Order: sequence, then structure tokens, then C-alpha cells
Amino acid sequence: MAAATDERNFKVIGTRPIRHDGVDKVTGRARYGADYAFPDMLHGKMLRSPYAHARIKSIKVDKALALPGVKAVVTSADFPELPDKMEAAGEAPVNLAHLSENLMARDKVLYDGHAIAAVAATSPHIAEEAVKLIEVEYEVLPPAMTVEDAMKPGAPIINPKLRNKEEGDKPTNVAAHIQFKRGAVEAGFKEADFIVEREFRTAMVHQGYLEPHNAVAIYNADGKSTIYTSTQGSFAVRALASAVAGVPETSLKVVPAEIGGGFGGKLTIYLDPIALVLSKKTGHPVKMVMSRADVLRATGPTSGSTIRCKMGCTRDGKLTAAEIWMAYEAGAYPGSPVGAGAMTIIAPYNIPNMIIDAYDVVVNRPKTAAYRAPGATNAAMASETIIDELAEKCGIDPIEFRLKNAVKEGDPQTAGPPYKRIGFIETLEAIKNSPHYKSKLEGPNRGRGVASGFWFNVGMNSSAVVNLNADATASLVIGSVDVGGTRAAQAMVAAEVLGIKAEDVRPSVADTDTIGYTDMTGGSRTAVTTGAAVFMAAEDAVRQLKERAAKRWEVKPEEVAYQDGVLSCGDKRMTIKEMAAQFARTGGPISGRASINLRSVGPSFATVCVDVEVDTDTGKVKILRATCAQDVGKALHPSYVEGQMQGGTAQGIGWALNEEYVYDDRGNLRNFGLLDYRMPTCLDLPQIETIIVEVPAPGHPIGSRGVGEVNIVPPPAAVANAIARATGVRMTELPMSPPRLLKALLKKRGSADTQVAAAGR
Amino acid sequence: MSKKVVVETTINGEATEFLCEPRQSLLEVLRDELELTGSKEGCLTGDCGACTVIINGRPTCSCLVLGVEAQGKKIDTIEGLARPEGLHVLQRKFLEHAALQCGICTPGFLMSAKALLDRNPSPTEAEIRYALAGNLCRCTGYDKIVRAVIDAANTLSGARAA
Repeated sequence: MAAATDERNFKVIGTRPIRHDGVDKVTGRARYGADYAFPDMLHGKMLRSPYAHARIKSIKVDKALALPGVKAVVTSADFPELPDKMEAAGEAPVNLAHLSENLMARDKVLYDGHAIAAVAATSPHIAEEAVKLIEVEYEVLPPAMTVEDAMKPGAPIINPKLRNKEEGDKPTNVAAHIQFKRGAVEAGFKEADFIVEREFRTAMVHQGYLEPHNAVAIYNADGKSTIYTSTQGSFAVRALASAVAGVPETSLKVVPAEIGGGFGGKLTIYLDPIALVLSKKTGHPVKMVMSRADVLRATGPTSGSTIRCKMGCTRDGKLTAAEIWMAYEAGAYPGSPVGAGAMTIIAPYNIPNMIIDAYDVVVNRPKTAAYRAPGATNAAMASETIIDELAEKCGIDPIEFRLKNAVKEGDPQTAGPPYKRIGFIETLEAIKNSPHYKSKLEGPNRGRGVASGFWFNVGMNSSAVVNLNADATASLVIGSVDVGGTRAAQAMVAAEVLGIKAEDVRPSVADTDTIGYTDMTGGSRTAVTTGAAVFMAAEDAVRQLKERAAKRWEVKPEEVAYQDGVLSCGDKRMTIKEMAAQFARTGGPISGRASINLRSVGPSFATVCVDVEVDTDTGKVKILRATCAQDVGKALHPSYVEGQMQGGTAQGIGWALNEEYVYDDRGNLRNFGLLDYRMPTCLDLPQIETIIVEVPAPGHPIGSRGVGEVNIVPPPAAVANAIARATGVRMTELPMSPPRLLKALLKKRGSADTQVAAAGR
Repeated sequence: MSKKVVVETTINGEATEFLCEPRQSLLEVLRDELELTGSKEGCLTGDCGACTVIINGRPTCSCLVLGVEAQGKKIDTIEGLARPEGLHVLQRKFLEHAALQCGICTPGFLMSAKALLDRNPSPTEAEIRYALAGNLCRCTGYDKIVRAVIDAANTLSGARAA
């Protein structure tokens, strides 16, 4: 269902062809990173810290090296020390010292699971045995596990070199303080008839991709090396892995394998340079595959957070002011997405007076990595539940309340610049008019909640090559890893421009030596930016076709028209098939190419509606119905757009109800398996309805917006709002798991029950 | 390390003999010894279902079975699901319904769904969700997977009725 349509008459875009890599993936033939094997290959395994915070006093590896089958052991001594400052490396500035130390601890271990040493052996079992023979002497230090612990005066200092601008030369765990301000906050609250203020806590959660990290590295005697790996960005792996391993960046070729999910977690690296150094040391290919426990303990989840949010509105539902304090767990090294959290928390609304203070705080947990709209989901849990409460106080329908305050084109974003054409209002209207929202929800302990979300999306760099074959089919070469069907979407873009069928374009994801620089599959940029590059590469091929026809017809190229695979000029006509067949006689192969830097992309909004039923005896929440409306600009392949919306909604529901990192008081992760880190199964979810809203993004050749991320932002708040409407209890902590919700329900029942209990005593 | 053991089994209808260490899981044997890498490792603890194969008609996490336990058993893996004449109806329906995104869980889902349809050709949606609850998918939210299995079941029962 499309709520708004583009007038342009697309022939391929918007249809639903079978994805090009589909047969490989339903037959088990698709090669993911762990499926690669080479002759003489060794297997690498990692020793990881059992402590959340400790000084490494010594590491003895001789017993491990003596085990038959063991070929090498590496520690931080085998890796170059890198500068402790932000440096350009690949797509974004990175502190290479932090990156390197996160992959192989130097003086201290900073979290349970921090890598200390790695072994290469002839079998993975021997490597595992050898890891157990490495002897490490630790001086155990007290950990700081939460932002509150880490910000307290006298807190254990995690990184002794860390400083921030406000505290001068004082060691600290606060890596950064970011502030956004607008208007006069105090005056704004004076205008308010209703004010709600609450403190929220959200748990650290993991992306939960089903495929553990992996890498196979081959270091050749000529100094050239190759890494096969499941990554969201092959060029990022090239830049980061070469820096950490200490080899020249372009001596390394990175071959992106098929990838079993990433959601942001496979934008950075963990194993790649370790496998490379082991390969260099042994002269063998070295394969490393993480266990699930290692994935949960030692790769980057997203931040847990504490957010204090105060908002006010007039009796008729106009927001007047917001005051927000937010602190995010960065993990062991700086770099939480708190900045994005701050810039998204009230982004959907016009609030004339606001102040947001945001803190990036290091704690003794794994270094966080990106996770689908990083930082925005935590933030929306706070702001979107307060909005709901304000709407309730005003006696206004929550969608109407949002409509009264919704941003539109020309309104300022949190960081200042005005929005271009956006579709937030359209997503609200789509939910308002949906069969779901119009249906009646009856029955005890049932409630309906809505919430909205905003995400920026990014543009960045992409390259594409379109080679025309003699039979007028085309091969398409791109550098964007395909995590969820983007190859099919790109092929459709090429087919649209070339006027051929989607099936007649054969797309390939190429390695770093085969395609021009292409940034990661992330920031919801692949369909949009790589799509634009493919569009331009196909246009380049069409331009060449027109030139050939112009030469033959002795006219100017601009006099030649091209539509639906037919070249024409006056009454002269020639099909792409006829022209392609003659390429060798008309000037050589036709190959279109484009390399682009897309600076401005259209941001995305989503609104989600959920119905819940609360079991008031156990605190368990059942999701009865869920609908996601999202502005996607223009859907390339609607089935895969719906898939993104459904998947993001499902992840948001998992975040809302079950998922959390549970650490004990010594800082050890207690739920490092998928039984205890409980992601939703298909029994936990209903069918997820989708409403594709299409408000074309200005400046994009097709009008597409990123579709991957914003859908995860609203669900936790939507579920909390539904619980509030079902039970009268306002939840302020994620996840809203049965014990937590039951506690809140009992507390609400409390006053009456306490009296009964007291009487009985 | 103990000595390798000879194991005689039937894999995808072919009599298959392999050598394995007693500590190797069936998943490891399939992937590393027999080069059948279609079965995936997601957790090695039986929680995700990505390694699901069918052993004597029952869907089973191959990471929880030792290679030596395959002795005398009939094992079906994702590699045997399609026939030379074409894809299995479940594979076709997964493609038509866009029931996969990254695809890493897909082989496991297909094998669990096949085991379900083999024993219950007309399952309800609730029965499908119950049968697939041992398979995790992080990408799709399951919606399109469940619809694909419903459609496959309907197609199969339509073919039987005709």
C-alpha cells in the first residue's frame, strides 16, 4: 500500500523480481566468510580476558607453543603501536590506538572478553587447547560498569590517558560532552500547562546477527595479502586491518564474502588483522571464526543509557520546551552514539525552547559499535513515551498530538539547518488511516501504543560499473556488500535506465581491487547512494549508445532519444539489442561507469503502532498486532523494503521486551548465549503490517531514502505506551521484561496490597 | 586427541563414509570434512537452528550431534533439497515471498519447514510458528518466512488435490 505516489512512470523500479542471489541462498551454495577454505590453512583462536578490568603483568606462551600442531602465538607485541588520536582511516576518523588495543589488549584488559593473545594451529580444536595453555598474570582492578558508576567522583579510571575539554588535565571516564540549545528553556516551561519529567534506563543490547564474525587471511611472500571476510564494508576493512597489522593499505585486497547480517556490527573489525599477522608469521592461510560467546562478550553491542527527559506543552497540545540529560555507555573506548541520540531525540518535533546535554562515557564493557540508527532508539524510548504522557494529560489522541508538533520542510533540525522535503506527517497520517488504528481494541489488560522515530541516513562514496553484453544484457559491478537484497535493487536501477528487464542485469559485489572506492553498507546508504551511482553508470552507458547511434545516423548525439531500450531520431529506430550486437564494429565495448560522493540524502521517519496484552500475573507482554509506516522516498523493491520495516520493528520489539546484557557485580557477562540473550522467535511475534510511504527525497535521481534503520526506533516506546494504556503503568526501563514489568505492576497495586499484607501480619 | 573413526551414513540419499575425530560435531564434519557448507554455524549450542538438518526424518541441530553418532543414520541437508529438475517448492516460495534477507538462517529454516511439511502437509499458522520457533532469524521479523511456508503448504496440497 502506498500512501503517496511518485508521478514518474517507472517500469522496473517498484516491481518485485526474484533476487539475483536468491537461488544461491536457498540452496546453500552462497559462500559466507566461514565457508572459505584453502590448502594448508591454519585455524586461529583467541585468548580473552576473564576480568572486566585488570592490569596484565605477564603473558607466557611457551606451553602453548610447545603443543603439537601449534604454529604461532601472537600478542600485542606483534602489532605496531598506533597514534592515540583521531585519524582519517577509510570512511570516518578513527582512534587507531583504541582500535588496535581493542583487538589485542596492551597493558590492561578493559572488559570481560577483551582479546589478549591468539594462536594458529592445524585444527581449531588444537588452537583452543593451546589458548588454555597461555599463562597470564593479572592485577585485578575494580570495574565501572554503568554510566553512573563511571561518572562518580573517585570512579576507577578506565583509560588513564582520557581527557575531555571541560575537565582539563584531570583523568576522567567522560570522553565528551555535547550540547544543543535553542530558545529560552525556563521561559518555555513557564508557558507549559503540563510538564512531564522522568528518568529512563535502557540496557546494552546486541545486533544479534546470526553469523559470527570471521576472516581468512593470506599473507603472500611478496608482501601482498588477501582477506576474505563477512563485512559491511570491504574498503573499511582494508584501511583498518592494514593499519592495525602494520602493512601498507593497498598491499591488502579485501574480498567481501556473503554476510550473515550486520545491522552496524560488522562495520568495524575484530579478527582481520589478527588473522593477517598470524598468516604473516606462519606463512599459511589463517582462518578465524568467532564463537557466539565471543560475539556477545567481545564485539560491539550498542550502548545502554541513562536519560533524564523533561518536556512541557500547553493545554491544547503545543510543545513549549524540552530539557534533556543523556549519558551513553561507550564501552571500553570512547565513541558511543550519544551525539546521534541527542540529534534525534526531539528531531520529529518543533520545540521552540530546548537544551540537550549528552555525555559519552567509557565503562568496563565491550567497545560499542553501530546498531541500526545508533543512539536513536534509546533516545526515542524517553521522548516518545513522554510525548504520549503529555498527549494523555491533554486528552488528545497521540497521533493528533504529534501532528500538532510535527516537523515539516523548512523547520529547523536539532543541529540547526532546516529540513528539506520530509515525510513525517505522512507516516502519522498513514497510521491514523490504517485498518489497524481504526480497528477497535477490546479486552482486559490490552492497550494500543504509537511512537515515531527519525534517522538521518548518510550518502558518502560509491562506485558502479555497467558493462553491456552483446545480447543486450548487462553485468553490474558494485562495491556495496549486500546484506539484505540490495544487489537486486541495484540491478533494478540499472535495468530501469537501460530499458531492459531486471533479470537481464547480473549484479556482482566486487573486491577492493575490482571496483572503485565504495563506503560501507550502513547508514541506510546502499540502495540510495550506490543506487545513484548505478543510475549514473547506466546513464553513462546510454550516453555511449546514443553516441554510437548518432555516428551511424550522422546526427548529433543530443538528437538521439532513448526510451525502453529503443534508440530513435526522427523516423530512425534501433533497439539496444541491435546496437549491442554490433559493438565491436561501432567503436568497442560499451561500459558505463560512475563514482560519486553524495553529500545530502533524504532523512527518514517512521511511525509504529502496536497492540499488546499484558499478563498481570507474570508481567509477560504479548504483541497482538504491529504496523510500521515509513517514508522510504521511493521503494526500489517493495518486498525488501517491507522486509527492512518488518525486521527493524521485530528488533525493536526484542529490545523493548527481552534483550539485555546482564553483568554480575564483578563485571562478567552472564548471558553470553542465544538461550539467555533472548531475541524474538517467530512465536513471539505477530505478522507485522507495513505501510510504505513515498515522499520522494529531493536531489536523488529516483527519490529514494534509506530504508534500513529508522524502523527500529519507535517500537520500544510504542510498546511502553501500549503497556501504559493497558495497565496504567509507565515503564521507564528497557527491557520491559516480565520481572521488571511485574515489579512495576505490583508497585502500582502496592498501596492497596500493602494495607492487606499489613493487616494479615 | 583420540584416533579418527570411520562412520558409514547416508547423506542426501548417497551412501557416505567419512573419517572423523570423536570430538567433532556433525556440523563440523559436514562443513569441514565433507565440504557441505550449506548448513551454517550460528551458536554451537542448539539455540539458533542455522545448522538444522533432518536425521531419520527429524529436524535436528547438527551442532548438537557428534559426527560419530551419524553412524547408520539417514541425513538430509540443504544441499539435497533441490532436484535436478528444479527447486523444492519451499525454496521457490522463499524466493517469491522475499523470505530471506542476509540468508544465513535460510538453510536451517528450509530444513525445519521441510520436516514440518513432511509430517504435517497442512499446518496452521500457529503450527508453522511452533515448528519454526527453534530457528532464529534476525533480519525479517519472520513475517515473510511464515507466509512463504503457508503458501508452500497450500501449493503442495493443491498439487495433491489435482
